[in-house]
Amino acid sequence: MTTLFQQLINGLSLGSIYALLALGYTMVYGIIKLINFAHGDIYMLGAFWGYYTINYWHFNFIFALLSAMVVCAASGVIIEYFAYRPLRHAPRITALITAIGVSYFLENGMSYLYGADTRDFPQVIKQVNYNLWGVRVSNIQILILVTACLLMILLQLIIKKTKMGRAMRAVSVDPDAAELVGININQTISFTFALGSSMAGAAGVLIGLYYNSIDPLMGMTPGIKAFVAAVVGGIGSVPGASLGGFLIGLLETAVQSIGLSAYKDAAVYLVLIIILLVLPSGIFGKNVKEKV
Amino acid sequence: MILKANWKYNLCWLILMVAGFYLMNTLILVGIINSFLENMMVTIGINIILAVGLNLVIGFAGQFSLGHAGFMAVGAYATAIMISKTPTAGTFYISIIVGVIVAIIAALVVGIPTLRLRGDYLAIATMGAAEIIRIIINNLKITNGPSGMFNIPQFATWPVVYIMVCVTTIIIVNFIHSRGGRAALAVREDEIAAESMGINVFKWKLAAFVLGAATAAVAGSMQASYLQTIAPSNFNIMESIAILIIVVLGGVGSITGSFVAAGILGVVDAALQNFGALRMVIYALVLILIMIFKPSGIMGATELSFKRLFNRKNKKVGAKS
Repeated sequence: MTTLFQQLINGLSLGSIYALLALGYTMVYGIIKLINFAHGDIYMLGAFWGYYTINYWHFNFIFALLSAMVVCAASGVIIEYFAYRPLRHAPRITALITAIGVSYFLENGMSYLYGADTRDFPQVIKQVNYNLWGVRVSNIQILILVTACLLMILLQLIIKKTKMGRAMRAVSVDPDAAELVGININQTISFTFALGSSMAGAAGVLIGLYYNSIDPLMGMTPGIKAFVAAVVGGIGSVPGASLGGFLIGLLETAVQSIGLSAYKDAAVYLVLIIILLVLPSGIFGKNVKEKV
Repeated sequence: MILKANWKYNLCWLILMVAGFYLMNTLILVGIINSFLENMMVTIGINIILAVGLNLVIGFAGQFSLGHAGFMAVGAYATAIMISKTPTAGTFYISIIVGVIVAIIAALVVGIPTLRLRGDYLAIATMGAAEIIRIIINNLKITNGPSGMFNIPQFATWPVVYIMVCVTTIIIVNFIHSRGGRAALAVREDEIAAESMGINVFKWKLAAFVLGAATAAVAGSMQASYLQTIAPSNFNIMESIAILIIVVLGGVGSITGSFVAAGILGVVDAALQNFGALRMVIYALVLILIMIFKPSGIMGATELSFKRLFNRKNKKVGAKS
């Protein structure tokens, strides 16, 4: 029983990171139907920003987190402006290749500038372990869970309650109609990228704190898994992305805890395929009926 | 009838293939193509096989598959395991066939459930399936796990690769021009319309997918035996994406484009060899710029066609007289 709860806690901490990343994927996909392959690398940028500001400017955790979110939001907007905006009306597969190009550019640019070696993330918060009825919970795990949940609630409020959020939803349903009623599409898409990328930046700082090590290629695998999480939850749906992230995190730790850690990625993909076969548009996805 | 009607064009293609072979052969004998360039040529050849196969699935049948590297891994490991045990040329050719058969079975297992999905969902499902294949290989004893296999005997020299490029391309182009290929094209354009015309949509989607997987296995066999070392990490998502990049760069739906793009990327890759860490940065920038300024790829959807060339010439002659 205690091991079950222990794994539950571990899975939830990992899952909240995936959920934060998946939110960015799902929002961008919802609005311009693009798999933003560079999203995982924005998460890497966030982790590196946290590393530098904590080490050299001696930021505390809150400042590092907030500044990483701002910097990542800015880089997301810049990437959208230069790489994706010219391709708004191009075939979707072209935009996808551009996204892959941006991902290569960020990964290799960072390796070129700062070296490809792994670095230790500064421990800005001292780790304290609490023992709750036999279950070991560290303050960092609680911090990750609380921060992730706060950010997700904030995001949900922005999307549901603000004017910009309403514009985002309108553009994702029908861009042309949204433009007709006076919504500035470019601004809305930029705002979506800013929101999604800031979530990724926060996830980067949090994962640095949790795993202690960062490197320029760290965004690749979590990026793909977060995309899987977004697809499992139903791409385009914000609650779906959060649920998918937690699901993937829990699944991964569960497979690891029964001693099959070599197959943990295979299990994630297998569950993905099975869910897609049963629910072709994910758990919360809208099933679009085909019309002649 | 068709063979008779097209004999002129078919002869042209045959002459082009044989001439290309002799040109390469002479250049190697004279010493203009050294081992570095030969290596580049073989890599280009393998990439052509892969890209043409993926172009059939994406460009002609319209099914967005991101799992090509998984089927390539099947072929590569089939060849590697068999010729490591009995290193004879005969085993090499049998191993290619075995690889193709296993890849076909794998493609059926993957394709029958997942080809009901569409668009990005299909892409992500096939990507997952290819990763599962890779992880299984990564954990098997017979494949030597994550460290991979080395000292594989080299049977795939450049003439073998050249012939395989020709053979796989001919098979795929003939499929595209056959009844099945036209059915696949109809499926790409509009699934519902194709279905209402009595085309078995699922059957032709699957046929294209399986044929693509079979050629990927051939490319895998070539790579295993030419490079002599393989590891599961050679067949990850990034490899599938690299093949996809060739297809899109050349033009989705253009076999000629796949040839051109594989050639250009191979030369660029060899030329950037000296740049070290900057290499991938330049590569990424080139990729982004080409996509922004030529979104439909180098060739678009046009093909090099002797038929058109001849017809154009005839028209010109006709206009003059």
